[in-house]
Amino acid sequence: MHAFLPDFEVYTPRSLREALALLNQNNHKPLAGGTDLMVLLAAGNLPAGSYLNVNGLEELGGMEVGKDKVRLGALTTYTEIRRQAILCKEFPNLVAAARQTGALAIQNRGTIGGNIANASPAADSPPALLTYDAEIKLISEKGTRVVPYKDFHLGYKKTLLGTNELIHSVYVPRRFRNWHHYYRKVGARKSQAISKVIIAACALMNKDRIQDIRLSAGSVAPYTLRCFQTEEILRGEKKSQAAIQKAKTMILSEISPINDIRSTAKYRRYVTTQLLEEFLLSLP
Amino acid sequence: MRTKHIGERVPRREGGLKVSGRARYVDDWTLTGALYGVTVRSPVARGIIRQIGYPAGTPWEQFTIVTAADIPGSNSVANLEKDQPFLAVDRVQHAEQAILLLAHPNKSLLEKARRAVSLDIEHLPAVLSLESSLAQEQVVWGHNNVFKELKIEKGNVDGVLNNAPVIVEGEYWTGAQEQLYLETNGMIAVANPKEGVTVWGSMQCPYFVHKALMELFSLPMEKVRVVQMETGGAFGGKEDYPSVLAGHAALLAWKSGKPVKMVYDRGEDMAATTKRHPSRTQHRTVVDRNGKLLAMDIDFAIDGGGHMTLSPIVLSRGSIHAAGPYYCPNIRIHGRAVATNTPPHGAFRGFGAPQSLFALERHMDKVARTVGLSPVEFRRRNFIRQGESTATGQRIRESIQMEKLLHRALKETNYEKKVRLFAKQNLKAKVKKGMGVSCFFHGAGFTGSGEKRLASVVAVEATEQGKLRVLASITELGQGAVTIFTQIAADALGISGQDIEVAQADTAFVPDSGPTVASRTCMIVGKILESACIELKQTLIQNGLLKERYTSNAFRAACKKYVKQHGQLKSFAQYQQPSHIQWDDEKHEGDAYGTMAWAIYIAEVSVDLSTYEIRVDDFLALQEIGKVMNPLLAEGQIIGGVVQGIGYTLHENVIWNKGRMVNNRITDYIIPTSMDVPPVRVIFEENPYEFGPSGAKGIGELPLDGVAPAIVNAIESATGAAINRIPVTPEVLLEAMENTNE
Repeated sequence: MHAFLPDFEVYTPRSLREALALLNQNNHKPLAGGTDLMVLLAAGNLPAGSYLNVNGLEELGGMEVGKDKVRLGALTTYTEIRRQAILCKEFPNLVAAARQTGALAIQNRGTIGGNIANASPAADSPPALLTYDAEIKLISEKGTRVVPYKDFHLGYKKTLLGTNELIHSVYVPRRFRNWHHYYRKVGARKSQAISKVIIAACALMNKDRIQDIRLSAGSVAPYTLRCFQTEEILRGEKKSQAAIQKAKTMILSEISPINDIRSTAKYRRYVTTQLLEEFLLSLP
Repeated sequence: MRTKHIGERVPRREGGLKVSGRARYVDDWTLTGALYGVTVRSPVARGIIRQIGYPAGTPWEQFTIVTAADIPGSNSVANLEKDQPFLAVDRVQHAEQAILLLAHPNKSLLEKARRAVSLDIEHLPAVLSLESSLAQEQVVWGHNNVFKELKIEKGNVDGVLNNAPVIVEGEYWTGAQEQLYLETNGMIAVANPKEGVTVWGSMQCPYFVHKALMELFSLPMEKVRVVQMETGGAFGGKEDYPSVLAGHAALLAWKSGKPVKMVYDRGEDMAATTKRHPSRTQHRTVVDRNGKLLAMDIDFAIDGGGHMTLSPIVLSRGSIHAAGPYYCPNIRIHGRAVATNTPPHGAFRGFGAPQSLFALERHMDKVARTVGLSPVEFRRRNFIRQGESTATGQRIRESIQMEKLLHRALKETNYEKKVRLFAKQNLKAKVKKGMGVSCFFHGAGFTGSGEKRLASVVAVEATEQGKLRVLASITELGQGAVTIFTQIAADALGISGQDIEVAQADTAFVPDSGPTVASRTCMIVGKILESACIELKQTLIQNGLLKERYTSNAFRAACKKYVKQHGQLKSFAQYQQPSHIQWDDEKHEGDAYGTMAWAIYIAEVSVDLSTYEIRVDDFLALQEIGKVMNPLLAEGQIIGGVVQGIGYTLHENVIWNKGRMVNNRITDYIIPTSMDVPPVRVIFEENPYEFGPSGAKGIGELPLDGVAPAIVNAIESATGAAINRIPVTPEVLLEAMENTNE
């Protein structure tokens, strides 16, 4: 363990109210499932300081299925997501993401809120959430606010989340039932891999035309990207080689992949376009 | 001899303890009053140590600090050359080199102190790749960076090359590979001038550690004791490195007067300890009109890292295997092991052979294509046969059956039909499929006269309870040594396996049976064990305590009686070199190995052109390993080796930056999961070796030798990409495909 443990403080509040009060007084970093933070700790790369253990705060858990939307508490684990029939049916991209995150032990502990707050550009669930017009409810001692998830990420590891705020819930509207869904993660192996490229998408077809579309990409930009421009040129198009070629060119102008220890920019560009094509060809 | 145990699927004797979590490893032991130890390492690949500073803010007086100045004996790790210090003196020769050691009762404080030590190191230009070492861009070791150079020559290669209308050339590269045993390196030491030095740890070779500690502390044999603890995997990674760690723990214990425990975390273990040697092999080959090999000119170079350690022996084995299981009248193999400023590379299952065989078996496909033969037919025409001689001039005495093996392998995989089918389907498919073959051998035991020099000894003794105890310095690493020894001893004595005990490898009690390496445990040491058992039995018979035919009960009673009468009953046996083995170390000529195991591996792969992901869909591992002593363990060895080989071929990529491994985390160093490997189909052919116990040959390293070329040959047959290096990641394949399409 490359860390000096006495330099770390962990507060475990008994209620959300206490958690928010602590957060308001001091600059605590939230600790949920810990599946990202513990890796950093073991490597000696977790900044020393105080952490707020939000695990077990009831208000941040749970899942409610409303008429128009589904609420996922921030502490919903990947395993819980995998087990929800309604998510499997209406939001398959989210379930696919949960199923491909880490190992089963990680899926038992890792949370959707933690995945969002950690803001890794390689995270598995954000691309899925972006395809479903998710909204995020943030809470602080001063109150709550709901923001569209597409506006949440500002830059590499930069988000809208204030230092005194916690992610409370994620909402996904129930209007994608009749859409065609696509989620593909390419990693260095079949399971327990961090993504090199993720493409998540869904489209609503009107006869042979793409009436509406959502398209997002992971690991190819400083943060998870919603590819608005590519969506725009595909909206209203027929599925054709010409449209696919245009879309492939457009998505290359939206992404900005880099070389790192997991892959190369060149490979990421190639795979991004290939997955986009695979998605478009899969449409009826 | 009746064999009631040999040939049976006997489960691992220590397996229950391991799977139920009851087995106790180094890190599970605590000693009262013990300190923890850590290592301060060089972040610099090559340099001069100007100053070591202990900045205020850390209670340094509470720490035991050991530098090179504290070493009571010789500051060099016992090995082929005395070039590797336990602790750097004034120069740093590789990144992660140990400079000083710290011990303290509190782990957390220790870690903080480790980070607080300030090192002022003046950078010197470093050599960080095999190419730049060969080119002598800097001379960082000796006068030309060369640890060892050797030549194997047979016939007249130049004569053929000079008159050849066509020479097929190729160059092949392999990367480093991390052993990634489950248990990281760990050691506990108690050391003081009065009682001497004792260490308990995870290791393959207790007597290597023993020798290293004797020299480090200038102590006589009896003052040093080395005990192997339960060891969670090794694969060669615990052959030479434990000598270093044992020395470090013992130095801290010696200075502090307290027991010291050092256990590496994964990051340190991956960054600082040995890995498989990266390699480059160049081939120049001439073939006659009938597709028969006429000349093979092979240049084999390996990157040994900062110190010599075992590199010359790895080079030797890699070179001897470089011409493979083929007959060629004219062969020249030029081998070099050279220095770079990375941590020393070391032993890893296969020991140089996977590197040179990757090159050979990729090149055989290339030559086949050039002469217009199928890869299979070209190999078939060139297999070595009984009576013919290898590159070193070793005449093959046994009836080897490579053609028969090949025939069976092709049939089992439906090879010919699949090749035709895939060629047709690939024209349109986005997922391309291919088949690849590799043919190879692996020589077991030490090379040449190595076993004769080792002169290994095994003892067996009767216990007061009438059981039979095996005393050997061979270590159980998860490979099944204890089980195999039990089977051999039980059958040699005609008693139940329950009546056999295998003693812990503790140098205070067991003789030196040589190191647990080189696939020698069963074939070499097992044979010595068999002799020791027979001798003990004879003693009981000669003393009238046992009849020629007896039961387990009678044997127990006889042992008890003898021990009561004489105090003890112990029999020793020593290695006897079969008379046919003749070897010239200088010329690298003669019988390199007592025998070889022979194999044919066939991989079926698919390549998804939208991601260049490569999937091994089917893998056939067919081998002739003499007598199969325990099919359960043997299959496990082969499957494990194939999986490790799949990692070596497709995933395992050590990323270096200025001589340091930067992806030294399991998160970033990718090995295959169960999702990434196909069912491995294991088939054995038996052709007993007259000098192995019940006819057994070595098996442990064999499977890693032939996996990479089979897979890469299959990738080429699927995609047309002539890949000449591993690992073949999708990124590498993307580049290669672009070059192919141009």
